[in-house]
Amino acid sequence: MGMGKKLSQIDRRIIFLVIGLAVALPLLFPIGLQIRVSEPAQRMYKAIDQLPPGSKVLISFDYDPTTMPELYPMNIALVRHCFAKDLKVIGMALWPTGVPLGEEAFEIAAKDYGKSYGQDYVNLGYKAGDIVLISNLGKSIPQQFPIDFRGTPLEELPIMKGVRSLKNIDLVIDLSAGFPGIVEWTMIAGGRHHVKVGGGCTAVSAPSYYPYLQSKQIVGLLGGMKGAAEYETLMNARGAAAGGMDAQSIAHLVIILFIFIGNLFMFLGNKGKA
Amino acid sequence: MRRQIPLAITLVVGLVMVVQYFVPHKPVGNLYDLFNTWAIVIFAFAIVLGVGNLIKIHGDRIYRLERGWGYSVLLLLGLTVMIITGIGWGIEPGTSFFYLYWHLYVPMSSTMFALLAFFIASASYRAFRARNFEAFLLLISAVLVMLGRVPMGKALWGQFPVIADWIMKVPNTAGQRAIMIGIALGVVSTSLRIILGIERAHLGGE
Repeated sequence: MGMGKKLSQIDRRIIFLVIGLAVALPLLFPIGLQIRVSEPAQRMYKAIDQLPPGSKVLISFDYDPTTMPELYPMNIALVRHCFAKDLKVIGMALWPTGVPLGEEAFEIAAKDYGKSYGQDYVNLGYKAGDIVLISNLGKSIPQQFPIDFRGTPLEELPIMKGVRSLKNIDLVIDLSAGFPGIVEWTMIAGGRHHVKVGGGCTAVSAPSYYPYLQSKQIVGLLGGMKGAAEYETLMNARGAAAGGMDAQSIAHLVIILFIFIGNLFMFLGNKGKA
Repeated sequence: MRRQIPLAITLVVGLVMVVQYFVPHKPVGNLYDLFNTWAIVIFAFAIVLGVGNLIKIHGDRIYRLERGWGYSVLLLLGLTVMIITGIGWGIEPGTSFFYLYWHLYVPMSSTMFALLAFFIASASYRAFRARNFEAFLLLISAVLVMLGRVPMGKALWGQFPVIADWIMKVPNTAGQRAIMIGIALGVVSTSLRIILGIERAHLGGE
C-alpha cells in the first residue's frame, strides 16, 4: 500500500482529536482576533439605532438549543441594544423550544439595563400555527395571545397598551434556525402587513437570505456566530460570540488543511496509477 | 363520495385563499379569517396527535423489547416528566421545568449538534475532492468563503473578506434567486393541480 493511500485512510479518531483541539485551545487561550463588521450586520444595527425611544420591537425566538451557540449571543446583543435605546421589546416564539432561551436573554439584558417585565419587555411565549399565526397577528395580537408566557392577561401589561396588531409594531426581528423563520415573517409581516423585518440566522442558512437582503425586503441580517460577534463589536461589548470566533477561525483553517491534504493524496494517487 | 367531498372542500378553500389575496374584503376576507382560525386549531391538534403517535411507537418498542428499547423508556420518561412539571408548576424562570430545560435539554441538544463539527472535519478530508472542474470551482469558493468569514482570514490577507462578500452577494444571490423562482413556479403549479383535483396524492394513493 502506497503512502498516499495509507494517509488517505487515516483513522478518523485522529481527525476528531485534531478538530477537538482546534476548537478547545482557542477557547481556553483566546487570541483576540479583530472582527470586521459586514454590511448586513451594520444595516441591522442601524435599523434598531434609528428607532425613536418607546418604539415597539417584536422579537421571535424561532430557534432551539442546537443552534444556540450561533443565535443566543445575537439574541442577547439585540435585546441589549433595544434596551440601551429605550425600546419596548415584545418576545414570542413560533418554535416551542425558543421560549426559555428568549426569556433567559431578556433576564440577562434586563438586569444590565434595569428594565422591568411588563413595562419594558414581555414574553408572549409559544403558539402553534407557524405562518398562519403570523397572518393572524396582522389582524390581532391579543386574540392570538390572550395571556403572556407567565399567564398574565395582556390588558394588565403596560407595554401592550395600544398594541393591537402587527401594524403597531415598528420592527420585527426574527431569530431563525429554519422553518418557520425569516422567510415566513418576510412574506407575511413584511409583504402583507408592511412591517419592517430583520433577522438573525445560522451561518449555514445565511446565503439563502441574501436575495431578501439585496431587495431590501429585510432591513438587516446577522449570519451565524460571525453575525453575533459583529453585533457585539458594534455594541462595544465583547461577548460569547466574539470569544468563539477565535475557535471558529482555527477550526476553519484546520478543515481547509484537511481538504488540501485529502486532495493532495488523491492527486498523488492518480499520478501513481497513470 | 369519499373522493368527491374532499376534492370539493379543497377546491372551495383553495379558491377562497387565492381570491382573498386580491380581494381582502367581505365575504372572502371573513372566510379567510375563519379558515386561519381553523388552521390554528388543526395545528394544535396535530401536536397532540404527534405526542400520541410518539407514545404509541415507543410504547410498542418497549412492549416487544425491540433493540434499543431502553432509549424508548428514557424518551417516554423525559416526555412525562416535562409534561408533568410544565403543566403542574408552570414554565417560567425558577420552576422545575425551566431548570430541567436549561440543565438537561440544552446541554444534551447542544452536544448532539456539536458532534457535527467532527463529522464535517472527517468528511472534508475524505469526500471534498476536486474530481472535475465544477467540483474544483465549488472547492475554491468554499475555501475562500471559509477564510473570508472568519477574523483569521482578514489577519492572513485583507482581501479574503472582500472576496467572500463578493461571492455571497453576486454568484450566491444569483443562484439562490434562480432556485427561489424555480421553487415558486413549482409551488404555483402544484397548488393549481391540487386545487383543480388533478393531483390527488394527498387523498391517499393514485
